[in-house]
Amino acid sequence: MNESSALIARLKRIATTGMPTQGDGRADDAWLTQGMAKAQLHEVFATVDDAASGAGFAVASVLAARAAPVMWLRTEASERQGGRLHATGLVEMGLDVTSLVLGLVEDEADLLRAAADAARCHGLGTLLIESWGRAPKIDLTATRRLMLAAEASGVTILSLRIGAEPVPSAAASRWRVAACCSRPLEADAPGKPAFDIELLRRRGGQAGLRWRVEWDRDAHIFDQNAFASGDSAALPGAGIPVAADRAAADDAAASVRRTG
Amino acid sequence: MRPHLFVGRAETPIAFVETVSGGVRLKALDREAVRAGLQPGLTLADARARVPELEVYEHDAHADHEWLERLADGCQRYTPSVALDEPDGLILDIAGCVHEFEGERRLAADLEERLARRGLLVRHAFGDTPDTARALARYAGAPAPDEKRAVKRLPVAALGLDEDATTALSRAGLKTVGDVMARPLATIAARFGEEAAMMIRRLDGSVKEPIVARRTVPKIGVERRFAEPIARTEYALEVIAELAAEAAEQLAQRHEGGRRWEVRLFRADGLVQRLRIETGQPIRDVALLMRLFRERIDSLADPLDPGFGYDLVRLDVALAERLDASQLKLEGGEAQKGEVAQLVDQLGTRLGRARVRRFSARDSHIPEQAELMLPAAEAPAPTPWTAPEAGEPPLRPIYLFDPPQPIESMMAEVPDGPPHRFRWRRTVHDVAHSEGPERIAGEWWRRQDIPTRDYYRIEDRRGRRFWIFRHGLYSEMEAPRWYLHGVFA
Repeated sequence: MNESSALIARLKRIATTGMPTQGDGRADDAWLTQGMAKAQLHEVFATVDDAASGAGFAVASVLAARAAPVMWLRTEASERQGGRLHATGLVEMGLDVTSLVLGLVEDEADLLRAAADAARCHGLGTLLIESWGRAPKIDLTATRRLMLAAEASGVTILSLRIGAEPVPSAAASRWRVAACCSRPLEADAPGKPAFDIELLRRRGGQAGLRWRVEWDRDAHIFDQNAFASGDSAALPGAGIPVAADRAAADDAAASVRRTG
Repeated sequence: MRPHLFVGRAETPIAFVETVSGGVRLKALDREAVRAGLQPGLTLADARARVPELEVYEHDAHADHEWLERLADGCQRYTPSVALDEPDGLILDIAGCVHEFEGERRLAADLEERLARRGLLVRHAFGDTPDTARALARYAGAPAPDEKRAVKRLPVAALGLDEDATTALSRAGLKTVGDVMARPLATIAARFGEEAAMMIRRLDGSVKEPIVARRTVPKIGVERRFAEPIARTEYALEVIAELAAEAAEQLAQRHEGGRRWEVRLFRADGLVQRLRIETGQPIRDVALLMRLFRERIDSLADPLDPGFGYDLVRLDVALAERLDASQLKLEGGEAQKGEVAQLVDQLGTRLGRARVRRFSARDSHIPEQAELMLPAAEAPAPTPWTAPEAGEPPLRPIYLFDPPQPIESMMAEVPDGPPHRFRWRRTVHDVAHSEGPERIAGEWWRRQDIPTRDYYRIEDRRGRRFWIFRHGLYSEMEAPRWYLHGVFA
């Protein structure tokens, strides 16, 4: 029923604009400061070794988009293989864990059922679905359902696929995340979280773009200037001016939450 | 008891046996076996010699008890207070409950008919007190015009005394309860104990012992009876929705919402199916309730089976709490929170309450004990978390292994320093950057022998960040082991 109402909403939109809206018309690097487009399904791929980077990137995207509260669904297999979620660590990424609800499900089928319910809940900002391994049930049909639900309810859905290879899906965008060497701090200490991001696919946009970014927890943005030149250590203060950035971020937060 | 074995098989003698010291003995018999001359207590070998075609089953007291519980559940269609009279009796308090059946005899007939369909043979009796009813049902005396005299004509065994006392009473020429009652109570008490005197007083009605009902009467209960059983689950759900609306109305008048709801579907053949839901917040929204009930039905191991149909549906609110009419904030703040709470209830009903969780901070410096994951439906008010210091990278991992995973440390430049290279998950990691140690001591005020942990935040050459620790100091032990406790983003 929700699917059909979403379909009607889409058809209406097409009728009014005269053209199917493909993609969201945002700039390619809008995600750096505003996170991913809201009310859509996005996929984030990471290898098993980069699981924490994938999860970290997903959490950071939620924060950049200011899309709390978050429901995080994981399977028991994820809990066994990847370790459990550490709230203190999430707080240190910048997340307010009091707004986080964790759902632990037995298997992939339950994961999709729970996701279908959560995707319809208007009260949520982001639904994060974490799956490990190939997860063949998360296919074109399942992703299309999630995408329609997201468009109808306004919930942003991030599907975190760890140890999986991309398969055809209805997601609005598809990302691959890997860890990347951070800019070390004084005394050779590891620095802020750094990611190697590849945009594999984006509906109505350019694909195959790559970034090396650093997560700036205090400003809630991804900082790509940190690695602007080849020698990272030579550019200690090369971030985007913080004040300008904050203004942009505030704009994003003030805009209407539901896009569709 | 396995009643389905008996339905329509009246001609085979059946016995239940029990292994007691010294051999296998008969415990219970069916009518046919009794007719063949067997009696409880006989050894199985003797019984087989007398009745070769005897069918034998292991006696299972626990299953008997469960069966009796299920029958008791079924009898709640007649009255809310039903007590078990182990091992094979039920006591129903039907005072004020017979109007549905135009008299107690019709009620008993209805009950007997239902149980007969399950293959049970029932003996019933009415009494002014639970004890007289029990005695009259269990023991047969000579016919009598009224209850008082019927009790008096019961054999002395009805007093429920031990075997010696019963034999002694008979030897003394006291054959019936009435004979015993005619004696002064003091003599009976002196000879047979306080218990015997008490039992007599309970049987003559001078002491009334109330029955201990199996369930407490719920705050709100609504029900629907059907002359013609309803066989479709869908229709049953509509009925539940109507009942929920009635209950919600009553709750609204009391400014309350239910937190524990139970629907019982009474099948025409005496079985009862239960659907229970619990919510984190008190609710009285019928649509939401129905969604939760549907969720519960979907998650049942055995799907709802109407069988011959349901002839009674009852909905109880076992726990209610204050719930005032809520006002929606314009910005949607409250409404938004409510929706997430509904989602938590919905998922909790399907997956189990413990699977939907929230984090709660705890006062401990041991990393794995510093936080709790509580069922979201009952989590306490959120506790503030310590905000991280600006400009610092995250000092705690986002995934934590519990228990920590052992790693093989290949080299450390100095014994007390971080490892140079280590092996984890069959991969060798070369350490590029590291910070530490952050020393976390065990809770020495609880236990003395917990080694200190030295934590290091490290990054390997490919940019993966790990949280590892050495379990114990070199001064504490000879060769402390290394563990990987978590991974950073």
